[in-house]
Amino acid sequence: MNSTIAETPDGFPEKAARIAYRLVWGFARVFSILLLLAVWEWLAASGAFTTFQLPALSKVLVRIWADITTGDFLINTGLTLYRALAGFLIAAIGGVILGMAMSRLRIARWFFDPIISVGFPMPKIAFLPVIILWLGVYDVSKITMIVFDAIFPVVAATIIAIQGVERELLWSARNMGAKEREVLWQVVLPAALPQIMTGFQVALPLSLIVAVVTEMLMGGYGLGGAMMTASRFANSVGVFAGIVEIAVVGYIMVKGMAILRRRLLIWHQEANDPSTA
Amino acid sequence: MKALVRYSPLLILAVGWEVSSRLGLVSPLALPPLSDVISAWIDMIKDGELVTNGLTSIYRAFAGLALAIVIGGVLGIAMAWFKPVNILLAPIVEVFYPLPKSALIPVTVIWLGFGDGSKILLIFLGCMLPVTIGAFNGARSSERHLVWSARSMGASRLRMLWDVVVPSAMPELLNGIRTALALSFILLVSSELIVAQKGFGYLIGSLGANGTYDAMYAVVFTVAFLGFAADRIYLLITKRALAWRA
Repeated sequence: MNSTIAETPDGFPEKAARIAYRLVWGFARVFSILLLLAVWEWLAASGAFTTFQLPALSKVLVRIWADITTGDFLINTGLTLYRALAGFLIAAIGGVILGMAMSRLRIARWFFDPIISVGFPMPKIAFLPVIILWLGVYDVSKITMIVFDAIFPVVAATIIAIQGVERELLWSARNMGAKEREVLWQVVLPAALPQIMTGFQVALPLSLIVAVVTEMLMGGYGLGGAMMTASRFANSVGVFAGIVEIAVVGYIMVKGMAILRRRLLIWHQEANDPSTA
Repeated sequence: MKALVRYSPLLILAVGWEVSSRLGLVSPLALPPLSDVISAWIDMIKDGELVTNGLTSIYRAFAGLALAIVIGGVLGIAMAWFKPVNILLAPIVEVFYPLPKSALIPVTVIWLGFGDGSKILLIFLGCMLPVTIGAFNGARSSERHLVWSARSMGASRLRMLWDVVVPSAMPELLNGIRTALALSFILLVSSELIVAQKGFGYLIGSLGANGTYDAMYAVVFTVAFLGFAADRIYLLITKRALAWRA
C-alpha cells in the first residue's frame, strides 16, 4: 500500500497515470520516425530535388503495394531470405563445429587458427569475382559467399565462449561421472550459448548484407537484383521501394534473432537484466 | 621461428595452391599458379595501375570513415548525455541499424553519381551507426561514481562531459570504430564492384571481364591483405590509446 502512495503523490489514479505514461512513451518512440517520413514527403513535394533524386514517399508506397499485389515482393523477399538464411545456417552450424573442434583438438587448432585470425578481418567480398569464376552466377555461389563471410564471427565467438566456460562446472560434471559427450552437450554448450548467440547476432545481418550485394552483382530475382534492375532503368521509385523493403526484412530478422536469444537464454541471468542494445 | 610454426598452415595452403595448379589438378584458368599471380602483382605495381587505383580506394574509405567517426561519435555521446536527443534519435537508429547498408549503393549513385562522392557517402552512412552505438553504450555506462565525484568537486556540465564521460566511453567507442573499419572495406569493395570507374573493385571487375585472372587474383589478395593490415594496425593503436586503463 505504501508504494502506491509513493508513486502517485498528487493523488492521480494510478491506472490512468500508467496508461498516460505508456501513451506518451509509445508516441515518443514513433514520433521521430513519423517526422522523418513527413520530412521526406515534404522535401519531395517542395521541388528542391527532382523526382529522380527523391521520389515522393506516397509514390514509393504505391509501388511497394503494387509489388505486394503482383507477387513480386513475395518472390524477391523469399529468394533473398532463402539465400541469406541458408548461408547463415550453414555458417552457424559449421562455425560452431569448427570452433568446438579447434578448442578440443590440437591439430585443428594449429591448422585453422592462423587462417581464422588472418581471414576474419579481411574483406571477403573481394573474393566474389573468384567465386563467380568457380561456381557461376546462381544460388550456389551466392550462398557460398554468404557462408564464407558469416562463418568467421561464429567460429571466433565459439572459441571465446568455450574458453570462458567455468572450470568448476566441468570439474563437478566429471566428478559426478558424466561422460565426455555428456559434458559437451549438457555443460559446455549451454554454458557457452550466450557468447555463441552473440556471434550469431553478428553473422545474421552480415548474411543479409552479402546476400543483397551478391544479388546486385549477379542480377536476377531477389531484393538486391530487383533494385539493380530498377536502377539500370533509372527507375528511382523502384530503388527507394527496394530500400524500404530490404529495411523491413532486415528489421524483422534482427528482431527475430533477439527474441530467439531471449527464448533460448531464459534460464540465464542475462534474461533478467534489461537489454542494452 | 615461432611465427613460422604458427603461420605454417598458410604456407602449406600456398604450396598446395601452386602445386595443384602446376600439376593441372585444377584448371589454371580458374586458379592460376601462385607464382604467376605474384609476377602479375609486380607488373601492376611497376606500371602504377595498382597504386593509382589503390590510392583512390583508400582515399574514399578514409574520407567516409573519418566523417562517420566524427559525426557518429558526437551523436552517440549526445544521445547518452541529453535525453531529448536520445528520444528523437533512438527510434531512427533502431530502424536504420538492421538495414543492410549495401542496399544504399544504388541510392548513393542516384544522388552523387559514379565517382568518389557516392562511395564516400555510402561508407559514411554505413559506418556511422556502429560508431554511434559504441559511443552511446560507452557514454551511458560511464560509472555513476565518477560522475558523482566530478559533480561534487564542482565540475561544470561541459567539463564533466569532456573529462569523465568521453574517456569512459572510449573503450566501447573504439570497439565500434573497429566494426566500422571492417564495414568500410566491405562497402568500398562492393560499391566499386557494382559501379565505378576507378578503384580496387573496379580493377577486379575489369580484369575479370578481360580474363586476365592472374592479375585479378593479385588485386583480390591485395585488398584482402590491406583489410587485414588495417585491422591489425588499428588494434595496435587502440592498445596504446587505452594503456591508461590498465
